[in-house]
Amino acid sequence: MNIVVLVKQVPDSGADRSLRSDDNTVDRGSTDNVINEMDEYAIEEALKIKEAHGGEVTILTMGPDRASESVRKALSMGPDKAVHVVDDALHGSCAVATSKVLAAALGQLGADLIICGAESTDGRVQVIPHMIAERLGVAALTGARKLTVDGSTLTVERQTEEGYEVVTASTPAVVSVWDTINEPRYPSFKGIMAAKKKPVQTLALADLGIAAAEVGFDGATSTVLEHAKRPPRSAGVKVTDEGDGGVKLVEFLATEKFV
Amino acid sequence: MSEILVVVEATGEFGVKKVTLEMLTLARQLGTPAAVVLGGPGAADALSPKLGEYGAAKVYAAEGEEIDGYLVAPKATVLADLVKRVRPGAVLLASSQEGKEIAARLAVKLDNGILTDVTDLAADGTATQVVFAGSTIVKSKVTRGLPLVTVRPNSLSPTPAPASQEVEQLTVTVSDTDKLARVVQRVAEQKGSRPELTEASVVVSGGRGVGNADNFKLVEELADLLGGAVGASRAAVDSGFYPHQFQVGQTGKTVSPQLYIALGISGAIQHRAGMQTSKTIVTVNKDAEAPIFELADFGVVGDLFKVVPQAVEEIRKRT
Repeated sequence: MNIVVLVKQVPDSGADRSLRSDDNTVDRGSTDNVINEMDEYAIEEALKIKEAHGGEVTILTMGPDRASESVRKALSMGPDKAVHVVDDALHGSCAVATSKVLAAALGQLGADLIICGAESTDGRVQVIPHMIAERLGVAALTGARKLTVDGSTLTVERQTEEGYEVVTASTPAVVSVWDTINEPRYPSFKGIMAAKKKPVQTLALADLGIAAAEVGFDGATSTVLEHAKRPPRSAGVKVTDEGDGGVKLVEFLATEKFV
Repeated sequence: MSEILVVVEATGEFGVKKVTLEMLTLARQLGTPAAVVLGGPGAADALSPKLGEYGAAKVYAAEGEEIDGYLVAPKATVLADLVKRVRPGAVLLASSQEGKEIAARLAVKLDNGILTDVTDLAADGTATQVVFAGSTIVKSKVTRGLPLVTVRPNSLSPTPAPASQEVEQLTVTVSDTDKLARVVQRVAEQKGSRPELTEASVVVSGGRGVGNADNFKLVEELADLLGGAVGASRAAVDSGFYPHQFQVGQTGKTVSPQLYIALGISGAIQHRAGMQTSKTIVTVNKDAEAPIFELADFGVVGDLFKVVPQAVEEIRKRT
C-alpha cells in the first residue's frame, strides 16, 4: 500500500506563541519549531500498516525551508522518503489554498491511503482532511481512534459526543487520527542515521501547476485584521486549607452565585 | 434583511444543542435566522419548535438515510446547493468536529473563506477568534465569498425570541462521491444526565492528583451537585483514570464555561489551552507553587480529599 503521511511543522505548543506584528502570520522565528504532535501518531499508524501489509510510506509537508528539519525528524521514525513543497509565494496561505497545494501534490504521488493528525496544535482548525478529500473526490475517515485495513477496505472507529461510530470506506481515502490511536515510537540511533540518506524531493508551485496568485496572501480567502494578547488572568485569592478550605471554597462559589 | 443560515447541531435523540440556540441568537443580530436541519428521518419535526422559540423564521430540512448514513459529505452537498440558491448573508455552524468538517467541504465547494472557533461575528463580517491556547485574540474576516464561520460553544448566552415558522423540505440529491464514507454502526455510551462537556455552564475536572479511577467519583459528585460536566486532564486520561472523550486541553476539548473547577491539576500549558477562557476558575491543589493558581480566581492549597468532601457537605447544607 502506498501511504502518504501529512506532516506540519508548528511552533512548540509548550512555548509562548504569537502572531507576527508585520503580517499577522504565525511567528515561527521566536519559538522552537517541532513536528505537530498529532502527526507523530499518523506516522506511527502508517508504519504499522506498512509492517503488516507491505508498501511504502512517504512524508508530505508544505512549509518554509526550515520545515526540512521536521521532515528529517519524521523520516528518522522510519518512513521511506519525503516530499517537501516549498515556495516563497506560499507564505500567508489560508486553509483553502493550503488544501489545494496538498491535493495537487497528493495527486502526483498517487496515494492509496493518506494519513494525518486530526488537527495541528497551532491553528486547531481541523479542516484540512475533509478539504483534501473533497478536492480529490475520495473518502475522509476523520478522528480515528482505531484503524483496520483489510485489503482495500478501511474501517475506522471514531469518538463522537455520544459514544463512538464505526465508519468504513475503500481506498483511496484520507484518514485523520487522534492521539488515542497508538503510541508513537521514538527514533532509534540507526533511524536517525538512516534518515540523513533518505530521499527528500522538493516541489515548487510551478511543479504542481499552481500559480502564485492562487496561494499566499494574494490568494487568501480570509484575512487577519488585527490581533492582541489576551490580558493575562490575574491570580485571585489563594487560601491554605486549615481545616475549613472546603467551606471557604463554597463561600466563594456563593458570592459568585454558583450555589 | 438577508437570511443567516444556522446549521443545527442536535443530539441523537433530537435534542437541540445549546450551541445551536447560541448561533440563532447571534444570527438575529446579523439578519433573519434560518435553521438548516440535516439529519435522520423526523429530525425537522422534532427540532423545529425549539428552533422557532429562538428566532428561526424558517427551517430548511434535509432528512433521511442518504444524509445520515454517511460522514459529512452529503450534508455539505445539500448545504452548498442551498447557499447557491438562497444567497444568505452568512453561514454559521458549530465549532464541533462535524460542524468544522461540513464547513471545510463547503469552503472548497464554494471556493469560500472559512473561520473556525469564532466567539463573535459583527454585522460587517468581522469575526473574533481566540487562538494559541486562549492567549491571543484575533479579529479576522472572510475576504472571498460570504462569512462562513464555526461558532465556539458557550461564546454567548442564548436568549429566546419566538418566531412564526415555515418548514421547507429540501430535495436531496447526493452523488456517489458523497457516499464513500459509510457509517456502519453508532454506539451510544452511557453518559447519564450530565451536560455535554463543551456546552456545560459548569465543568469540574480532575487531574493526576485525583490518584485513581475510583477517586473520580468525588469529582463526579461535585459536578453533579453543581449541575456540571466532568472533565479530566491529559495526565489523568493517560493514567487511565477517566475516558479520553472527557479530556480538556490542547489535544482534547476546549471548554469555556461560567465556572471551571480544577481538582488536583497542576495547570500545564497542555491543560490551560483547553480551559483558560473560562469565566471563573477555582482550584484545589496541594502544591502551592502549581501554575494553575496563576489563573485561578479562587484557589485552595490543600488536600483535595479533605477539601472537596467538606465543600460537598457545605453545598448540601446550603441547598
